[in-house]
Amino acid sequence: MPAQLENINDVLAQHKLSQLDYAHIKEILKREPNLVELGIFSAMWSEHCSYKSSKKHLNGFPTKAPWVIQGPGENAGVIDIGDGMAAVFKMESHNHPSFIEPYQGAATGVGGIMRDIFTMGARPVANLNALRFGNVMNDDEVSAHQRFLVRGVVDGISGYGNCMGVPTIGGEVSFDECYNGNILVNAFTLGLAKSDEIFYGKAEGIGNPVIYVGSKTGRDGLGGAVMSSDSFTEESKNLRPTVQVGDPFTEKLLLEACMELFKTDYVVGIQDMGAAGLTSSSFEMAGRSGSGMIMHLDKVPAREEGMTPYDFMLSESQERMLLCAKKGSEQAIIDIFEKWDLDAAVIGEVTDTGDMELFWHGEKCAEVPVDPVSEEAPILDRPVKRPAYLDALKDVSINDFAKVNNQEAFEKLIASMEVVDKAWVYEQYDSMVQTNTIKKGGQLDASVIRVKENGKALAMSSDCNVRYCYVDPKGGAAAAVIEAGRNVAMSGARPLAITDCLNYGNPENPEVMWQFAEGCLGIKEACAELTTPVIGGNVSLYNETNGVSVFPTPSIATVGVNDDQDNVLFSNFQEVGNELFLVGKSASEFGGSLYMKEICGTVAGELPVINYKAELELWELVIEANKKNLLECSKDLSSGGAAIALAKMAATSGKGCDVVISTDDERDIFAESMSRAIIEVKTENVEAFKAMLGNLPCEKIGTVTAADYKVNDVEMSLEQLDSVYFYQFEKIIQRDI
Amino acid sequence: MSRKKVAVLQFPGTNCEHDTVHAFESLGCETQIIWHKAEKLDSDVDLVVVAGGFSYGDYLRSGAIAKFSPVMEAVKEFANKGGNVLGICNGFQVLTEARLLPGALKRNEHLHFISKHHHLKVVSNENTFLSECTKDAVVNIPIAHHDGNFYIDEDGLKDLYKNDQVLLQYTDATGSLSNPNGSVDSIAGISNKEKNVFGLMPHPERAMEELLGSADGRKMLEGFLK
Repeated sequence: MPAQLENINDVLAQHKLSQLDYAHIKEILKREPNLVELGIFSAMWSEHCSYKSSKKHLNGFPTKAPWVIQGPGENAGVIDIGDGMAAVFKMESHNHPSFIEPYQGAATGVGGIMRDIFTMGARPVANLNALRFGNVMNDDEVSAHQRFLVRGVVDGISGYGNCMGVPTIGGEVSFDECYNGNILVNAFTLGLAKSDEIFYGKAEGIGNPVIYVGSKTGRDGLGGAVMSSDSFTEESKNLRPTVQVGDPFTEKLLLEACMELFKTDYVVGIQDMGAAGLTSSSFEMAGRSGSGMIMHLDKVPAREEGMTPYDFMLSESQERMLLCAKKGSEQAIIDIFEKWDLDAAVIGEVTDTGDMELFWHGEKCAEVPVDPVSEEAPILDRPVKRPAYLDALKDVSINDFAKVNNQEAFEKLIASMEVVDKAWVYEQYDSMVQTNTIKKGGQLDASVIRVKENGKALAMSSDCNVRYCYVDPKGGAAAAVIEAGRNVAMSGARPLAITDCLNYGNPENPEVMWQFAEGCLGIKEACAELTTPVIGGNVSLYNETNGVSVFPTPSIATVGVNDDQDNVLFSNFQEVGNELFLVGKSASEFGGSLYMKEICGTVAGELPVINYKAELELWELVIEANKKNLLECSKDLSSGGAAIALAKMAATSGKGCDVVISTDDERDIFAESMSRAIIEVKTENVEAFKAMLGNLPCEKIGTVTAADYKVNDVEMSLEQLDSVYFYQFEKIIQRDI
Repeated sequence: MSRKKVAVLQFPGTNCEHDTVHAFESLGCETQIIWHKAEKLDSDVDLVVVAGGFSYGDYLRSGAIAKFSPVMEAVKEFANKGGNVLGICNGFQVLTEARLLPGALKRNEHLHFISKHHHLKVVSNENTFLSECTKDAVVNIPIAHHDGNFYIDEDGLKDLYKNDQVLLQYTDATGSLSNPNGSVDSIAGISNKEKNVFGLMPHPERAMEELLGSADGRKMLEGFLK
């Protein structure tokens, strides 16, 4: 074994391990660790891999339902979508890398989440992404840099996803100053598999070979998991070498080779090498099976000369998988990967020792018991404290600000970057490859693909109103679950499960930790009430630069099933003359609203009331009425309220509307009361539709027209609406070029 | 009418081969996917389709590596004997690189990948491919490419028109030219002089059913069924 470490304090600091951790490591090993071993502990106990700050709060998430095949704990969650088919999905963050190097950071985020899906045996069939940027509107350096980041991130997602031949069918993009120093890039992938052909990340059967497949290992991304478990400072630019470099072509080959491999019966278990590379994949696979493992690191295909065991264990080179195969199938597996011009090498085998034994040219260079590394990872009970800002903003209302007439307010809101069409983004993503896309980016609310194998459709939506999460961390997180579910339900699909990507600031700040704890409570409550369990997800902490943390941002993606792919409900006006209804209870609720931000210039107030019962009644109404073909379109109300929802419906359909909404205050057309939708119904179906309303409030507000947008005292021609809605985004983002 | 046999090429990085197979099967064709290392095509193949995607990652010029694959020799031989060859998107790029079609495809003028439904005008239907389409008809077909900016020099362009080789142009819904990528004369698709090798950037195989937004691609692919 290599010599023990000198300058131990420096080495611990570099690995972000405490003296307490060090004592614990010595206790586990019953001796001093060497550098390789210390590196392993550092990676496995990093915030990114161990969830040490978050674990306490993640316990108790609802994770079960009759349709859940696999909940959290594997590479991705799995739900049953009928007829022997399963949907495998997950969302993950790649925030820190994308801020340091937007193209590669975003690209490898997309690559990583797709590997999480196809390692389960599922072919990726849809991508979504949720992107948060800082202020892009100003003439200063900050805004110019943010615009550069937008262009780089979108380019990176486009470059990777398109080459993979997986359609990117939707997502969300929003902007707020709180992301000036920390953008968020959350990527979601959904794959399809037969429900009895799911593969898991396990390594069992003594003597079974451990095989490395995919790209060669280089030094890129070395220590990435540790990097992303820290806040940013001015020096963070120097971290560029910790960002991985993506090669989507190789990943495409890896996908096809794996799909070919999955048709055989050679595979015992398989796991992608993501954060903490070979370390996390090998430890997690052995850990799940209670096995030990021997690996000969000199047999790992290397991209460059002179790499050490430490480099091999901690590299985050992309497009690699570790698999455990049945003994005797080695050559057949190597042949498959060679056909696809990929490396495949037997690098070790499964043992019954419970230890990870690493060798370098025949000499043992590390020996670590598997279980304690994951089981005994530190779990922190970090202090929490309710942030002081909450009291200050609770009583703020729009009445505290100078009144603005509705026309002027509308013109400002419809032009805001959050509202306008994002064609500049989504048209850079191949949204139609695989020929399943029924509803995609730009068509509002949920995105929908058909499932060729069973005639059904899958609806999916990623949402998080971060202003809500700022004014009410618990209610805001619940609202994200509610809105993602509502978007799915408004397409006629029944919401079945969620994946979450919890982006928060520095957990060492008790106020941030409180926001996180509250966010988890909100998700637990909403998922339980709506019966949409959490089947997987990811936590990203330390989204903080120079002491400024991002707003709490729990991105939620909900997936639902529509039993009939030919009966997907769209979100925009379908036919002139049809009647429009506003369903759900409206009130003068402006807390955390778009109106408050854009017109009053603040993010404050009290969150609109959450009513799960009303929410579920709305879902039932739309799902059931759509089954009876009573509805023409249905659009949820969210940012900007009814006025903005109707404007989006008009712009995207090229049709107008003549609408009068009853209000207590004339500004209520922009209010953001939850559990509401605009529904379009043909006159002949109105009676049957109304008969299904039950206790839901419903107001006839007007009709679809051929020209002009008219809502109460606001008017705009379709030409003018188009010129703002469709051209504003590009104008802003491309202004430096 | 006997069942037509369609061979769809698969290079490393091809990603539209299954969509293409699905489209031709929905038209009742027999299909097969041909790995790029194949040196021969079956003797009873009626149509070879070079499908879309990113052959070899398109890290060099799009299609520049794929033209060296063994199967391309067989495709050249097949084409030279008069066999029908259709290149879609990356397939069009491969066919120009292999000199089975004139011109070249450069990076889009605005440098971005572009994915959307786009209208096209049928410029000529005096060929197998578009024989089921009406001349001057406007069809709605998805485009999805980074390198779709068709270029040909002036003499080459004159030859294209003289021989009726310009098949499709990008337009708006009314049929007026509308250029999404900087292509010379808004050209979206061409044929060789002999009218048996066809290439286009748009994806007719993605426009086979109204459910997905357009079924206008059917008429195009049906040209090969006769």
